[in-house]
Amino acid sequence: MRVATKPTHGSLRPLLAAATLVLAIGPGAAIARSPQALSQDDVDWLRRDGFDLDSATVARYRDLGRSRYLDQQLDDKGSDALPPQIQALINGFEVASTPTGQLLAGLRDEQEKLKAMPDGDDKTAAKKAQQEHANLLLQQAQQIELLHAIYGPNQLKEQMVWFWLNHFSIYGAKGRVRWVAADYAQESIRPHALGKFRDLVMATLQSPAMMEFLDNAQNAKGHVNENYARELMELHTLGVGSGYTQQDVQQLALILTGSGVAPLRDRPVLDRHPRFAAQFVRNGLFEFNPMRHDYSDKVLLGQKIRGSGFNEVEQAVELITRQPACAQFISRKLAAYFVADDPPPALVAKMAHTFQRTDGDIAEVMRTMLESKELSTSYGKKFKDPMQFVVSSVRVAYDGKPLANAKPLINWLNQLGEPVFGRLTPDGWPLDASGWSSSGQMAKRFEIAGAIGTGNNRLLTPEGLPRNGGDFPMLTTRLYYDTFDPYLSAPTRDALAKATSQQEWNTFLLSSPDFNYR
Amino acid sequence: MKRRDFLRAAAASALAAPALSFSGRLFAGPASAPRFLLVFLRGGYDCNNLLVPCGSDFYYESRPTLAIARPDASNANSAIALDGQWGLNPVLRDSIYPLWQKRQVAFVPFAGTDDLSRSHFETQDNIESGQAGNQRSDYRSGFMARLSGQMRSVPSIAFTDALPLTFQGASHDIPNLSLRGNTKPVFDTRQAGILAGMYKDTSLASAASDGLELRQTVSRELQDEMMKANRGAPNAKNFAAETQRIATMMRDQYRLGFVDVGGWDTHVNQGNTTGPLANNLANLGMGLAAYADALGDEWNNTVVVVVSEFGRTFRENGNKGTDHGHGTVYWVLGGKINGGRIAGEQIAISAQTLLQNRDYPVLTNYRDMLGGLLARTWGLSGSQLQAVFPDARPRDLQLV
Repeated sequence: MRVATKPTHGSLRPLLAAATLVLAIGPGAAIARSPQALSQDDVDWLRRDGFDLDSATVARYRDLGRSRYLDQQLDDKGSDALPPQIQALINGFEVASTPTGQLLAGLRDEQEKLKAMPDGDDKTAAKKAQQEHANLLLQQAQQIELLHAIYGPNQLKEQMVWFWLNHFSIYGAKGRVRWVAADYAQESIRPHALGKFRDLVMATLQSPAMMEFLDNAQNAKGHVNENYARELMELHTLGVGSGYTQQDVQQLALILTGSGVAPLRDRPVLDRHPRFAAQFVRNGLFEFNPMRHDYSDKVLLGQKIRGSGFNEVEQAVELITRQPACAQFISRKLAAYFVADDPPPALVAKMAHTFQRTDGDIAEVMRTMLESKELSTSYGKKFKDPMQFVVSSVRVAYDGKPLANAKPLINWLNQLGEPVFGRLTPDGWPLDASGWSSSGQMAKRFEIAGAIGTGNNRLLTPEGLPRNGGDFPMLTTRLYYDTFDPYLSAPTRDALAKATSQQEWNTFLLSSPDFNYR
Repeated sequence: MKRRDFLRAAAASALAAPALSFSGRLFAGPASAPRFLLVFLRGGYDCNNLLVPCGSDFYYESRPTLAIARPDASNANSAIALDGQWGLNPVLRDSIYPLWQKRQVAFVPFAGTDDLSRSHFETQDNIESGQAGNQRSDYRSGFMARLSGQMRSVPSIAFTDALPLTFQGASHDIPNLSLRGNTKPVFDTRQAGILAGMYKDTSLASAASDGLELRQTVSRELQDEMMKANRGAPNAKNFAAETQRIATMMRDQYRLGFVDVGGWDTHVNQGNTTGPLANNLANLGMGLAAYADALGDEWNNTVVVVVSEFGRTFRENGNKGTDHGHGTVYWVLGGKINGGRIAGEQIAISAQTLLQNRDYPVLTNYRDMLGGLLARTWGLSGSQLQAVFPDARPRDLQLV
């Protein structure tokens, strides 16, 4: 299925039209308009299902047909294995090769060393080095997420991982989050992205990243911090205005006292409190410390929850995620990401019904959505956010070819205003077009389409080496002729016909409304 | 002449202007409408070495290596006396001090937010949102977007790479374009035309063409200026080169602008009249003076406010720097402002009057101050101000 990715002629040879171009670029790529084109409905559906298309996605879809393709994705039995070169790139990252506990222990040691150092230039230099190290770890976490999004074989799952990372948003630059962001994405979110919603909430609740970001690590009896309790209901499960009260927030905050990040050395003095010792919970880097817990009885959403330790948290999350408001809130948000900025209420109702019928089975809710007629009437109207634009551009342009360096992707997302782990506020990035379509944002998007389309970037150059010159991707491939080409709008077709080089043609395609809407 | 009535009339005529096409918008800023530029110093600048409390012994005790000497005619590195209590960092002698003498700059000490997180990001976000810290409900709405929404025909722009929070959430398009660095557009006219043409039938038609055209226009507009100001250098390497470009845009086309300047987080070896902070202040001062200069007569119709997310610790730390603090000093500049004075409520600084024995308290909330200032500048009504700064109590410091 792979076609030539390099022209046989000089890289700047002007071409009058794409058709001429195809004939000009060597036997491997001499593809006439394909009789094998996918139907428009298939193309449109597939572009929503994943971060747009690449040849491997299309081949698998052809092979299985929509029904089995969807089943396999939703079953989530396959691995999320990446191409070996990409996995090797990730394995080279410290944040991937070091257990998270060890990273945090390293941080603790660094901080203790810093504390003991006398003020002066050495200390200043050591502090600076620590910051640089932290930034490096965050950049590695960002790259890992982007590489999964581009190369992950289960594209629906990859979109779900991104969706949930945004729904349970964390801010990288706060506290120790830079050390645990990669762990959060891969260990807390990924395993539950298509599982039960309740399990996903519990996984985020027990992640050091969320505990740190929303301050529950500081929430203790007598020093109650409501931040996480509030967002858990307002942003993660029920939605604002769904009927819970300030009283509920306060009660949930009490329930959450004692839940936090495990201390890395000092153990709580549990042996002196036999009653507490039995209640102590440790799960990876999560710790429930009974000595910090408020054991009073609580009333949450009208239900009595007896003071009993970590069990209260499990009861509370069960209670919250079974509220009809939760089914509605999550269904609407999924539909706002995948279907329409303002999703059809009938579709949301169907999804919410599935959510409740299946006790919050995310895969089943997705099936309802992806098999709905509302989805098919929405095609072509959903504007990609910067993450979708950047990831899908690289998928289409490089079509499975392994990148040597994912850092340019980080920079592009920064410039487009949607850095991974970069949303300061806990609400996550906007899902609708209005957040991303100001005139300045459009112009910047075209410029980045140009950086990808012309090959004027460092995606194929390993970090630290001088840039490989002259390489640009080839977008006029079988993939293009089988999927985009038959259904292009007239204005985009006109624009492509005016391209005077392959690079320009690439840039126009990646900038086009046909590519940027899905 | 009652300035306020004049400005209100100008604002009213601006409001009455018809909706304009792009090219119309670019050149149709009402001639007499006031201009407002917000300059955001990101990083929390050390206000105590800008506006030096040189009447305070406590200042000199608190900063054994960082203090700026009391005004002394025989010492060029001493503070420039502004009044009995306050002095100016002498690195601003040739840029800001002349404006002070012309009463075109005022300082507002003990200004800031009610956010005590002392976190850069949280406090910057808070200021840009313009919502009360404890009642923030809309994470996607900035106060300059809401202000722009109250004055729809007053053209607005952010001179930044990405659209800043303060201009997000508007119901109409607010362009952004950094004038730092190279302003040569990525696409030539032919390419820009083709790109925009693809969107002609979509709802993003004007956003696509406006974004591309702005880059073309700015590049053309600035060509002359660049030749003059930078002898042809395409990159604005210092703030003054950037503000001259901004002045060109604000003089002819825009009325409401935003720009940010980074590098103020001076935890280590910040210096006093030399060093990183002094360099930054000098760069900023020259930039603001160049802005005033480049606007020509329109400087008389211009207000610039300089803010930062917080001040820094009053005492120097162990690394000859300062750490995150709270209250800070805002600057207000303009050709016809009521300047040459230190405005707003003040207190004598001692260990007891510091907030948490650490930093300046906030006596003038930024929302109240900006609300009062914007009300006078644009003649905004009480309900309009509430839309911009919900639940603020606009305070008129008689600055404009």
